[in-house]
Order: sequence, then structure tokens, then C-alpha cells
Amino acid sequence: MDLVTLTIDGQKVTGPKGKSVLEAALDAGIYIPNLCHDPDLKPFGACRLCVVEIEGMRGLPASCTVTATDGLTVRTDGPKVHQVQKVAVELLLADHPMECLTCAASGNCGLLRVASHVGIDHIRLKKTQRDYPIDDSNPFFYRDLAKCVLCARCVRACQEVVGVGAIDFAHRGYQRKVATFGDRPLAESRCESCGECVVRCPVGALVPKRRAKPSREVKTVCAYCGVGCGMYLGVRGNTVVSVRGDRQSPVNHGLLCVKGRFGNDFINHPDRLTTPLVRKDGELRPATWDEALDVVASRLKEYPGDASAAIASAKAPNEDNYVIQKFARAVMGTNNVDHCARL
Amino acid sequence: MAGLATSFGSGAMTNSIAEIGDAACVLAIGTNTTEAHPIIGHQVKRAVRQGAKLIVINPRWIDLCRFATVWLRQQPGTDVVLLGAIMRVILEEGLADRAFLDERCEDFEAFQRSLGAFDLDTAEKVTGVPREKVREAARLYAGTRPASILYAMGITQSSHGTDNVFALANLAMLTGNIGKPSSGVNPLRGHNNVQGSCDMGCLPNVYTGYQAVVDPAVKAKFETAWGVALKDKPGLTLTEIFSAAHRGDIKAIYLVGENPVLSDPDASHVREALERVEFLVVQDIFLTETARLADVVLPAASFAERDGTFTNTERRVQRLRKAVEPPGQARPDWWTTCAIAKKMGAKGFDFKEASEIMSEIARVTPSYGGVSFDRLDNGGIQWPCPAYDHPGTPILHQGRFTRGKGRFTPLTYRAFLEQPSPQFPLLLTTGRVLYHFHTGTLTRKVEGLEKLRSEELVEMNPADAANLAIKDGDLVEVASVRGSVRARARVTDHSPEGLVAMTFHFAESATNLLTNPALDPIAKIPELKVCAVRVGKKP
Repeated sequence: MDLVTLTIDGQKVTGPKGKSVLEAALDAGIYIPNLCHDPDLKPFGACRLCVVEIEGMRGLPASCTVTATDGLTVRTDGPKVHQVQKVAVELLLADHPMECLTCAASGNCGLLRVASHVGIDHIRLKKTQRDYPIDDSNPFFYRDLAKCVLCARCVRACQEVVGVGAIDFAHRGYQRKVATFGDRPLAESRCESCGECVVRCPVGALVPKRRAKPSREVKTVCAYCGVGCGMYLGVRGNTVVSVRGDRQSPVNHGLLCVKGRFGNDFINHPDRLTTPLVRKDGELRPATWDEALDVVASRLKEYPGDASAAIASAKAPNEDNYVIQKFARAVMGTNNVDHCARL
Repeated sequence: MAGLATSFGSGAMTNSIAEIGDAACVLAIGTNTTEAHPIIGHQVKRAVRQGAKLIVINPRWIDLCRFATVWLRQQPGTDVVLLGAIMRVILEEGLADRAFLDERCEDFEAFQRSLGAFDLDTAEKVTGVPREKVREAARLYAGTRPASILYAMGITQSSHGTDNVFALANLAMLTGNIGKPSSGVNPLRGHNNVQGSCDMGCLPNVYTGYQAVVDPAVKAKFETAWGVALKDKPGLTLTEIFSAAHRGDIKAIYLVGENPVLSDPDASHVREALERVEFLVVQDIFLTETARLADVVLPAASFAERDGTFTNTERRVQRLRKAVEPPGQARPDWWTTCAIAKKMGAKGFDFKEASEIMSEIARVTPSYGGVSFDRLDNGGIQWPCPAYDHPGTPILHQGRFTRGKGRFTPLTYRAFLEQPSPQFPLLLTTGRVLYHFHTGTLTRKVEGLEKLRSEELVEMNPADAANLAIKDGDLVEVASVRGSVRARARVTDHSPEGLVAMTFHFAESATNLLTNPALDPIAKIPELKVCAVRVGKKP
């Protein structure tokens, strides 16, 4: 890998070629405030929070749009930088609802982090208020444009990562907002509900309807299609309450589709089978494992060899399928074993 | 998968998912990737954003057509003719990779002779694709390397699916698109672990790792490993099992985690077969339509409630981990099967946890020889992985095909079996939508997904709809010689004239009551993608 070395705040920083100054700084553990930056998306330069001074360059370039090259000397904490950041944050805060305590982004809010880093201690500018209704048409998440900071991470993710393009900017100036085609509710747009916008929103403008946060996470693999996306199941008590894409997975690099991210409620579904059932007098009735296994073992013994067949499952793990075919061949004495590979 | 195994020596995806985005050309045929494998769909779109050419071959308009350099809309079931014509253009215009053909492949001449039947006149007539588009696709695919072929059930679920796969394997070999990054022939598997179920020997003719049951050395090896006498005669495939059960030859079925009453073609025949068997055991997480027919139902743990491994479509063995306890007395499937085996007095089923089973798999399976749970924490391993110090194999057939040389197969065009008739004048094809999976056992339990799509829709062309006086949203009856179902019509030019499309996610409109169980003679895959139907408005 080609490396470049630059100086940020007097510190020598080495990183891979092709990254931006912002990424080089963040990778080196030097925080530069930012809202519109996303490692999966092309630099956008919308929020003007990541401005820095760079020797030999005029003005205050946005560090997300400058490529890190050998020998650059960058200063992130000068008074001019601070002044620009402060005004940018103040303008955002003046137009932002102050419901932080009950906001779904609480504890995770990009705007709060930026404001606190810049050192905002009071709201100096006159408050404005947006009168946008909350779009609750999507079954899995809310869209509250009053909280939107126009960073465009949602718009860019939908366009650049997912290739769907359900949303874009509409109008100009103060009227500017993120909208679907014709400004219809999300459910009436071409949105595929994958939630890549939701995971990227730095504030509370796009939030899952299910608010419960997990108390622990378990790394596993999605059980739907053959892609095998890596994901973390978020667990609270004995219930799966959230799903998060695994960015380290070589398969999906953190991306998930609507089924993987929002389609796991079947795990906790009340219709789950919880006890063996044995047919008695024409009806399936609850039985103990011992009773059920006795029936199965004694009845299967009546049909040895090719009078029997085993049908395995393309949804079940390898270990289970191995045991099933071993059972068919070694215990039942038949090669009549197959599954739905052809369907 | 039989087709690829014959051509290359291995029936699996030759390359890896992450490579698709770096291909210079992607040929997507018989796959509605953005609906069925959305994350692979993202890779295709990534390739296009980086300048790749995209060739879409599909009778129906699919979302990928928005990104396509060229879209070939062939008549259903004519893929062999179309691909044959594309290959003929490649040869005639000198676009083949001669060095690759000479060094790496065999049986080229017989294949070349078979292309005689696939001139552009014939192709245009049979497939309905204009010759300019055939030429354009040939030049794009052969002239933009590396080129990656993606295909799915649109290719395989046909009475001549193996011919289709041979054609794709030939096409890749002809242009040297094998054994290199971002190239290859890539079947996209449907279920999370359909690759793994095949790898594990849940097939009637092979043990784990595709070791043939007819091979005396393999038989001897498994007899030693398992300590029992084994049969050397291949068993019956799924569709054959149901026929045998229907005839009364198979009397007991042990069925784990499948729902053939909805998923299999000619579903009423399947239901009758399961009703006729003397003893049916079903293991599942829900009381499915199939489980309701069982004599004993055993509750299973879901993927979130257990440890184990899935093997994805790119041959990557990945760990799943227990996140929560199973509900009530539900148990992992392996535990239950072992408990039955032990009750029957069998030896060799004393596993205490899933990792011990993987150790046994590794001992008897050369391609999984180096797989163990402790190696799977970061990103998994792609087979073949013969030893514990082997890193796995992201790209197959590098330098040498698994079978030695790549084998060209002569092409023959066979029309699909059930042509339209006066009584059943339309063709029905089956597909999937993004919001549901297979028979809907899982996704229809998710309220939000059900809100996004809650019923079957019969997609039909505006011209066909007008002929039948059907309007968008009308309730219609779709009937084939085997049965009939009802659903609402969606009038859309996504379907060409003469073709209607349905999913099979919805039990209320069980599409597989209509479909044809006729099998491909080699792969034994049923012809789910085409059958003849009539559609009529219901008051």
C-alpha cells in the first residue's frame, strides 16, 4: 500500500494514499468536527464543519475535500477555524428542535458532539422552527425533517451505495429539504426500506420506530438469502431488539437489506413452536421430548432402507445437515436424502 | 450445479461477491439480483458506477435494467439459442481467447460444430432479440475484461437448465474469463445455507464435499468413519421422493425445516404424497403448512438461538452464534436428530456441541479439511480449504480447472415442455420480491414486511390485460392444467406480452399449485420458471 505522511497540528501522521485530510486525521485519532462525512460516500463538503488551515492554501478548505498528500502541513485548531465552526454550529442549533432528552438520537447525536467540541455554551441566534409533519409511513422508521441538518448522508447513501435514489434535495435556501419524488410520504416512493439512510443520519431526523437499545450484541450471519451478510444481533434480556451490519464482514461491509435489518421479528414471534407435538386421535397434541422421540424412533424403525427418506434444510446450518444425512445413510440405511437446492 | 461440475469440476460460484464490483463487465442472466440478493445487487451497481458494462438478459423488466448498457429481452426458455448466437458472434469476430482455449480447455471442436445451429437468423426468430443487440452483447462481453457472469434460478429452474449452464460455462471459457479476479461463472444461491447443505452431502448421490456414493473408495472411507455398512446406489431426489411417496414406495419421511407444500411444483401432488406416507416427522420453528400434515412435530431453535456455520453462495463458511435462548423446549436440529439416532441405538451421534460436528466434517471432507470454529471468527473461510494452515480459496480454477481442463459441451436447444395452447394461452413465470422470502414462513411473520407487501400480485402486460378486460387491481383466477389460484392483477409492461409473473410467497395464492414438476434430466430441477396458464377475471 502506498503511504503518505503529513503534519497535523505539529504531529506527523502517516496513512494510505488517496484518503482525505479529514480521514487521515480521524484515523490518527485527531478529531475534526464533521457531520456530512461518511467513509462509504464521496466527499460532499456540505456542513463546513471540518474546515482547517493548510499551509500554502488560501482560505479555510474543508478537510474532507482535500486529498492527503506528502508534506502537507495542517492546523485544525486556529482561531479562524474556530470562528467558522462556531458560526456553522450556531446556525444549525438555531434551527434545531431542543428535545435532546427525548430524542432517539440521544447519546449518539452528531450535532451534540460537534456543538460540545466547538464549545457552544448558549444559543446566541434567534430560534427558528420548522413546521414539518413527521413521516411515519414507513413501517420501520420515522422521518422527522424538522431535525434534519441537510448533511445529505441519506440522499448520498440511497444514491451512491444502494443505487435506489428514493430521496433528493428539493427547493433552495431556507426552504431546502430532503424529499421523495413529488414530496410524497416515503411509503409511496421507490424507497426499499433498507435503512442505510437511517444508520447514517447523524441526528434524530431518521430513527428506527423501535427505540429499545440492546444491552449486548452478538456477531452472527443473516439467515435469509445465500449472500450471508455479517451482522450483529442486539439483545436485551432474552429478546433480539436490534440488528446492525458488520462493517468488518468481507461479504457486505456493513450493508444490509430490508429483510436482514428489519425482518427478524420471527425470532420472538408468539407462534413459535415451543414443545414437541404428537398426533393423537387425529390431532397434534403437546408431548414431552421423551414421548415424541420414542414415537419417532419406534416408527422410523419400521421403515428401514429405501422405504424412508430424509429431507434436509437449506436454512439449517452445516452441522445439522451433516447429522441429517449421516442419520439417513448410517441409521435409516438409505441415500434418499435431498433438500430444496433445486427450488 | 451439475452443469458447472461437468464443465469445470466444481459446481459452485467461481469467484467472490466483493470482486463483482471491480468487474469491467457484468452479464446478469436469469437473476433478479436486486430483489433476491440485494447486497450482490449493490455490487453490480458499484461496478456500473465505476464504469463497467452491464448486460441484462431477462424476459421481464427488472430493476437492473435501469443500469444496463444493453438489455436483451428473450422469449422465456430460449437462453441456449441466445447464448449460442452470442458465442458464434464472438468466434466469427475473432474475439475468443485462443491461448486460453488451447492451453486450458478441451472438447472445443464438437462444441464449435454445435454452434452451427445458432445463426443470427435463427436466434432472432426463436428468442425475439434483434440481431444488433445480440452482436452488441457479444462484443461487450468478449471485449470488456474481466467479465463476470451472474445467474440464478432463471437459468436453472427449467427442464433444460443444465443446457443453460453448459452454455454459460462455454461462454466464460471461450473468452478466458475463468480463474481471474472479477471474472467467472457465478451461480447465486437462494437460501442462506443451500451451498452448505449441498456441501454437507444432503444430496442423494454424494457424501460431504461431493464425494460420490458410487465410488467404492469413498464408500469404504465412510463405512470406516461411521462404523456401518453403506449403500452404493444413489437415492432419490426431492421431486422423485414425493412421487415415490405418492406411489406408496416411500412410507416414512423425516423432514427438517422445509415447506414443500408451498415451495414445490404441483403442490397438490406434494400434499397428497405427504398425506399418503405412513409416518411423517417435521422439525421446524413454526407449524408450517407442511408441519400440519405431520404425525410428530419437533420444535427447532432459530439461527439466533444456536451456534453453527452457514456456507454462503461464494463458498464462505461463516460462524453463527447463539444470541438468545430458544423458546420453550425448542432445540437445535442437530441435537434432535442425534437424540432420535441414539434412541434407535445408533453409534456416532454423541456430539455435545456444534463445533464437535464440524471437527468430524473436517475429518471426512477434503474441501473442509482445514475448517474449524476457532478459525472462523474473522470473515470465515472459503472452501476448498484442505488443511488448517490453508487460507481458503476465493477464486476457483486459477491456473488449472478443478477437473484438470475446462470441458466444452456441445449445445442443443430444447424448447420448454409446456407450450401455450388455446386452453392455456399465456405463460407463467415465478419469481421473488424484495420484502419476502421463499414460502413466507419467516417474512410473513414480520408485521412491517407484511405492510410493505401483503398479497400476491399477478403481473401482466397491458395488452394481455386489455384482451381479457382486466384492470389493475382486479381479482383474477390463474389456472394451469394442474390447479388454479386467485390473486389481484398488476397491469405493467414489466412483463412482456404473453407472460404473466407471480411469486410463491403467499399461501393464500399458492402459485406452485400451477407449476410444472417436469425435471431437467441431469440436475433434476423442476421447470418452475415456465408453465402454460389462462387468466380470467373473477367477479
